[in-house]
Amino acid sequence: MKPLQNLFDKLKPNFEKGGKWEKFYTLYEGHRTIAFAPDLTTGNKGTQIKDAVDLKRIMITVVIAMIPALLFGMWNVGHQHFISVGEDAVLLDKLLIGAIAVVPILIVSYSVGLLTEFTFCVIRNHPISEGYLVTGMLIALIMPPTIPLWQVALATIFAVVIGKEAFGGTGMNILNVALTARAFLYFAYPSNISGEVWTYFGDKQPVDAYSGATVLAYGATAVSNGTNMMADMSAHWYDGMYSFWNLFMGLIPGSIGETSTLMCLIGAVILIGTGVGSWKIIASVFGGAYFMGVVFNLVGSNSYMELPAEYHLVIGGLAFGAVFMATDPVSAAQTEVGKWIYGFLIGLLTVLIRVVNPAYPEGIMLAILFMNVFAPLIDYYVVDANKKRRLKRATV
Amino acid sequence: MSKTIKLKRGFDINLAGKPEKKISESSHSETYALKPTDFINMSRPKLLVKEGDTVKAGTAMLYDKMSEGVKYCSPVSGEVVEIKRGEKRKLLEIKILADKEVVFEKFKTFSTSDLANLSKEEALEQMQAGGVWPNIIQRPFGIVANAEDTPKAIFISAFDTNPLAPDVAFQLGDKEKFFQAGLDVLRKLTPGKVHLNINGQAEVPQVFAQANGVELNKFSGPHPAGNVGVQIHHLDPISKKDIVWTVAPYGVAQIGQLFLEGKYDASKLVAVTGSEVKNPGYVKTYSGVMLEKLFGSEVPTGHLRFIAGNPLTGENCGKAGYLGYYHNQVTVIPEGDYEEFLGWIKPSTKKLSFHKAIGLLSFLNRGKEYTVDTNTHGEDRPFVVSGEFEKVLPMDILPTYLFKAIISEDYDDMEALGIFELIEEDVALCEFIDPSKNEIQKILREGIEMIKNS
Repeated sequence: MKPLQNLFDKLKPNFEKGGKWEKFYTLYEGHRTIAFAPDLTTGNKGTQIKDAVDLKRIMITVVIAMIPALLFGMWNVGHQHFISVGEDAVLLDKLLIGAIAVVPILIVSYSVGLLTEFTFCVIRNHPISEGYLVTGMLIALIMPPTIPLWQVALATIFAVVIGKEAFGGTGMNILNVALTARAFLYFAYPSNISGEVWTYFGDKQPVDAYSGATVLAYGATAVSNGTNMMADMSAHWYDGMYSFWNLFMGLIPGSIGETSTLMCLIGAVILIGTGVGSWKIIASVFGGAYFMGVVFNLVGSNSYMELPAEYHLVIGGLAFGAVFMATDPVSAAQTEVGKWIYGFLIGLLTVLIRVVNPAYPEGIMLAILFMNVFAPLIDYYVVDANKKRRLKRATV
Repeated sequence: MSKTIKLKRGFDINLAGKPEKKISESSHSETYALKPTDFINMSRPKLLVKEGDTVKAGTAMLYDKMSEGVKYCSPVSGEVVEIKRGEKRKLLEIKILADKEVVFEKFKTFSTSDLANLSKEEALEQMQAGGVWPNIIQRPFGIVANAEDTPKAIFISAFDTNPLAPDVAFQLGDKEKFFQAGLDVLRKLTPGKVHLNINGQAEVPQVFAQANGVELNKFSGPHPAGNVGVQIHHLDPISKKDIVWTVAPYGVAQIGQLFLEGKYDASKLVAVTGSEVKNPGYVKTYSGVMLEKLFGSEVPTGHLRFIAGNPLTGENCGKAGYLGYYHNQVTVIPEGDYEEFLGWIKPSTKKLSFHKAIGLLSFLNRGKEYTVDTNTHGEDRPFVVSGEFEKVLPMDILPTYLFKAIISEDYDDMEALGIFELIEEDVALCEFIDPSKNEIQKILREGIEMIKNS
């Protein structure tokens, strides 16, 4: 790897003080540290040795945890495509169609996001931070496969600028950056992110019987029109599409990466096993959703309320949100007690929004954003309790 | 009541180069140094000697204008050859060219029975004049104690859980017989208890097991269970306006020796440790020795870092640097100023980590001794990850919130979040495991200084 090192060395003077690209030093440094872990050593005082971990490794761990969801998502986009147009296809065909739909979204999300990030780093002379490695993937995975690419670009810019840089960059944001992107699209271009957008047709036409209704849509209809949700689900045009097992596996239309609860759980195993994601948050989101589902079962005034509680865990984006979004350490609660409360309320609010407010069929996005805002408040009380314990001790 | 406390949180850093229990003589160090910079709170040092003066071991060389009674004494006898100053004439080192045979300054001697009737005033006077007082550290703030204070208790940690830690009892060496006398003197200084905290996971050395007049508490668990700050938190925590004192066992024995033999004996068994040391063990020498003299004829060579102290809290002195007043260990590890291709993602079983993020496999083999160099393995970043510091600080303290309070200079929050209970060594593990590579010990000291001067 000596030639690469030499190349960097040769370029270095241009980026140093007085060099012609002095302003872009942070870009130089950012790229060099991706190729090579830096040659920095510990100071003369303080710890003389440091742990081998760094943020790059933590972030890449999260990216790796999302790969099962990504691969499955690509395949599923193809799978849904062929179902809707009424053709049979093999694995490779499905993957190919999926790739055609998904890869451009991924490329746009990463390139536009990184470019925005680099611009801010240069203006502010910040080091390039690795947070976007995760955000770029997340944004792609929560988009419908039919999303226009320019909207992905716009949403990404909005999320990075308003969601993150406006607050001071990585580590300072209040809201989850990827969800900010999705929320932006949801309110700015609702017709492209709700309704008949979950199946990618390409240049083909769906069969006549086709209906793009999702479980959440059946639920919303059940609330407003008093229809029977479970009956609607089993009467879906494609037989067995909305069986519990199918929902769990994620063989349903939906956002690219979030249909499969199973893939999210594999991600959860990676995140929890490596200690990178908080198991407390993941567990409590599921717990909160199940709890609220059971409460609604007991109330039972419409068929959505009567939906068996475990269904809430496998429909919509709950699992994906619980595993990959709610666990974002920057926007989540940061105290250990706080994490339980934060997660539980996310789960609870998700189901509450789904069932009570059919105007917003998918509750997880709003629930997480809402709790992002409240996380500092939860932490405030946990920290305050710690202070009070110390104060109480002093007077004894 | 003696207590037994089991701590769960923490992390033992298992490094190569632990000291074996064998003692070798150091090669004769020509110069020794007293470093005023060892004493964090020393604000206006005044010299009592000038270059060319001859001194004995125990001759007062220095005092702080803010606390005139406490004398800082020469560790050996010889001639003052250099008074080294840094920027703004800051006093850095007083170097002494040592005699072959150390001659001691004479202080008053006491018999064991005298000690029973020793008055507090007499004890304070002798300790301050006789060079042993700086062994007594005040909490909060981790500074040399003020003799005019009355501490609510005194705490002694009788074991060290730091990486490559020396065996504290073994290190007492022939000073062991003075340990009890030291305890007897310390008991005069507080109306409260003297706590002696021992390792609950190992056999208790006789010298500690037989100690009289103390509360014997057992602590077990990973590092930092041996840190006296952690022990205080669990025994009798410090609040605002409280003052407690801490002393290391070596200091206790040195105090005892001053009273029984009337001399300030700065000889100590220094642990010579680290992966680059050929025969890690103990070396008999004096405080302030030049580091390279500790290795006999086997001075490690290569691109290395010579650390006075342990790898978590020690100081990079260079091999021509001098051991400090409080150091009882020297560590030699490789320097880490190299780049590593894709080092941030490459899987490795050779890299030591507290974490288990992708590719960090050291958790599979915690029994293995790791060779760790001085590479930081990453760059400075803002705090991102939450809940990790708590795992290595076994105290009811929220470290991230405290550090953020310090960074934003929020005095009320610093106090409320427990800054009185911590000094640098207590958060050294937080600094080690931090994925964002913040200089946490430095941040904490800045906070302590803010509170102390407010």
